[in-house]
Amino acid sequence: MTQNSYADSNIRWIYPLPAILFVALLMVFPVLYTTYISLTNWTLTSGAAPSFVGLDNYAQVLIEPRFLQALWRTMVFTVSAVAVEAVLGVAAALLLNRAFVGRSVVKLLLLLPLVATPVAVGIVFNLFYDPTIGLANYVLEALGLPPSSWISAASTVIFSLVVVDVWQWTPMITLIVLAGLAALSDEPAEAARIDGANEWQIIRLITIPMVMPVIITAVILRLIDALKTFDIIFAMTGGGPGYASETLNLIGYKYSFEYFRMGQAAVILVVLFLVVLACSVAITRLNKRTAT
Amino acid sequence: MKKVGLRILFYAAVVLLAAIVLLPFLWMLISSLKTQVDIVAWPPKFVFSPTVQNYYKVFEEQDFIRYFINSTVVALFAVGVSLLLGLPAAYSIARFSQKRLALVILLARLMPGISFLMPWYIIFSRLGLMDTYVALVLSHVLIALPIVVWIMSSYFETIPIELEESAMVDGASRHYIFLRIILPLSGPGIITATTLAFIFSWNNFLFSQVLSMEKTRTLPIAVFNFLSYADIDWGGVMAASVTIMAPALVLTMIFQRYVVSGLTMGAVKG
Repeated sequence: MTQNSYADSNIRWIYPLPAILFVALLMVFPVLYTTYISLTNWTLTSGAAPSFVGLDNYAQVLIEPRFLQALWRTMVFTVSAVAVEAVLGVAAALLLNRAFVGRSVVKLLLLLPLVATPVAVGIVFNLFYDPTIGLANYVLEALGLPPSSWISAASTVIFSLVVVDVWQWTPMITLIVLAGLAALSDEPAEAARIDGANEWQIIRLITIPMVMPVIITAVILRLIDALKTFDIIFAMTGGGPGYASETLNLIGYKYSFEYFRMGQAAVILVVLFLVVLACSVAITRLNKRTAT
Repeated sequence: MKKVGLRILFYAAVVLLAAIVLLPFLWMLISSLKTQVDIVAWPPKFVFSPTVQNYYKVFEEQDFIRYFINSTVVALFAVGVSLLLGLPAAYSIARFSQKRLALVILLARLMPGISFLMPWYIIFSRLGLMDTYVALVLSHVLIALPIVVWIMSSYFETIPIELEESAMVDGASRHYIFLRIILPLSGPGIITATTLAFIFSWNNFLFSQVLSMEKTRTLPIAVFNFLSYADIDWGGVMAASVTIMAPALVLTMIFQRYVVSGLTMGAVKG
């Protein structure tokens, strides 16, 4: 137990230093490097040395219909998936927030989608959506509805992908809100009950407002992750049919690792990066204001 | 009377919820036990004679065990390095409320992986590190490290500071306190962090898809490559999917309590 007073009094930067260096080396530096590449006309296939072209790539990529559609589609996918997840997730949490037989089993079941390997989840849903042998059309038929083309038509593919995201991530919101509900005090609800409020009024006017900060945090986490969805879309459609399910992430991947147009790919990555950063900052600000 | 009706309605809703959650897992398992003939039958067959031939095929033909080992090696090393880097960082963040520092590390959790993947690809190629464990482990540490820091800094905050103060009065150094007092008390937190970090590394697709080739290919990539669009061997693909999901699901069932607390922790603390 020798006292090393120098290390000891500087522990507040010695301890985090390796982690910080690692993050700087593997994240901060690469992001700066990507930004630099976005200003060059580098294509890996041509073999020519990259030369500085200023904002040319931005001028080209940012007006491409394929890029603009991917940007719009990313927003549509993210907002619709998270909206559905928020409503269903909170509803399920309110439903399960009581003592009942089998509660612990149901909570365990809710964990399973969250840890299920996304690629495998995508593959199973591909089997569901298969036009000739899929369970999805079997269910529609059983309900007397016409079959759908699911992921094989441009008009339905995004909706079908949202369904998968909703299946996998609604439980996340449910579990977070359940934990939030467990931390609430019973007193306000009890007082209202004595004053003659009915259960629905208590949920709407007392429980939900009290747990709101937790709901908002859960939704923020989900929004940021949904913006970055890659595995599911890549495994299920590869961005198709045509370009119909290409999000920013997909198109960034293709420009980088299929076309090797590094300069243009970097523009897309910078945009994606900025969108995620802007959303993170905006919603954290918003959260702070509503929480206080 | 009305009460009984509500009860029934409540349980019906719970059963429906459970069924929706379970359906993909069940269908995956059922399909993995079907012959190709049974799988392509319409309407879908719910009663059939099960076979393990798909699993046999997966392990026999597809070099699956090697991919399984690759995934395990990468995840274990990634988690190990993350604990090594993350535990001291998390301790410092918790004890000295280094909010900004925490934010820098958590940025790795928020940022889209693909925005640093392209530079990695270029740099790793130049350094001759493509298709090596080193490149994969480094990339997976970036997934695991924020999880470790996030969970452990919250956990360390719950350990009463009086414990440290009395040890310091006795002349113990901070380093000694961290190694001999704080870490031994942090078992549950470390289990939570380790489990979640392992699962997220295990499930990762994007990094391995780009940075690994024949030698170091991990399971998610192998399963994905199993899909050939011309004529999908659904039984084989489903058996492969079951195999790849099994470790994460089993870990989750064993460490259920820890996984729940890890996933909900930050959000509920407020």
